[in-house]
Amino acid sequence: MKAHYGYKDGAGDFFIIIDTDNCIECADHPCIPACPESVLEIIEDDYEDMVCAVTMDHRKKIKYSCAPCKPDRDRPPLLCVTACPKNALEHLW
Amino acid sequence: MITAGIDMGSKTIKVVILKDGEIIGKSIELAGFESREAAEKAFAGALEAAGIAQGDIEKTTATGAGRKNAPYTEHEVTEVGSDARGVRELYPNARTVLDVGAEEGRAIRTTDEGKVLDFALNEKCAAGAGAFTESMSRALEVPIEELGPLSLQSDASIPMNAQCAVFAESEVVTLVHAKTPKQDIARAVHDAIASRIVSLARKVGFEPDVVLIGGVAYNTGFVDSLERALETKIIIPEDPEFVGAYGAAIIAAEGL
Ligand code: SF4
Ligand code: SF4
Repeated sequence: MKAHYGYKDGAGDFFIIIDTDNCIECADHPCIPACPESVLEIIEDDYEDMVCAVTMDHRKKIKYSCAPCKPDRDRPPLLCVTACPKNALEHLW
Repeated sequence: MITAGIDMGSKTIKVVILKDGEIIGKSIELAGFESREAAEKAFAGALEAAGIAQGDIEKTTATGAGRKNAPYTEHEVTEVGSDARGVRELYPNARTVLDVGAEEGRAIRTTDEGKVLDFALNEKCAAGAGAFTESMSRALEVPIEELGPLSLQSDASIPMNAQCAVFAESEVVTLVHAKTPKQDIARAVHDAIASRIVSLARKVGFEPDVVLIGGVAYNTGFVDSLERALETKIIIPEDPEFVGAYGAAIIAAEGL
């Protein structure tokens, strides 16, 4: 399942996309400790699989939550994306 | 078998009671500041409509943003899960569900078997949903229930730039001062909301049949804007704002 969390506003499209089918087989969920802002969490979805999601608190302010990882210039690889061994995370901005 | 579904939405709380797959009671209450109290009231209303007591309900499943706060509940599902299940029951050919509520918009695409394939949530302030139309109706000084029919009288396309309810309100005031006909402004408001919902629908790669649920589905002007933007006919259930609670009640029954 592809889960899009975030919002669109006048400044742009701020969504994190998680391909949660990958999370089912992911034992250690390394994206969680990798995120310095605690944006991500592991939840039990409606099919009783443990998958990654964006926490409720961060969904409405994701642009600002992720801002420390996304300087305007010389943006380094995102910590969450780098930590994910299954290429399951994508940021739209 | 009697089960209940409770949808703890941001603005309203809905309860549906099912007996052997048939709805025997339903009720809706404004969430207000005390959502638990409102939920109990909604439950009491649905029980009364069904003519049964709380103890007759074998299982209750909660959904909605405030589901953790739901009373009498043994089980929870996400809004995505309950919306998809409710729509599947009503329209087996539906492949895309759009849920536009007071403070959020959702697009869900399902497989032929009804499993959720993709979903996209827009949870930012009122920028895709019912609260936006409410603030626009205030700015236009038109009762909310008249906004839809009013916009259907227009065939002008005025782009609105503001994405946020606060800025959009001032844009509407500017249009009013410029003597723009109210029906054209109403249509512009609905087109603006529809464009955000369409952007969610495109994210999940929408396909027909498309079903619209949530309180905003009652707004005929919004539905017209959405159909024009998606270039497809949209199905609206009889009680669009109860579909999430209905889906939750079905999921409760399936879990017994
Ligand atoms: S590391 Fe990747 S695959 Fe594992 S839980 Fe996180 S997002 Fe899912
Ligand atoms: S970009 Fe940074 S803050 Fe945002 S989810 Fe990834 S690790 Fe966390």
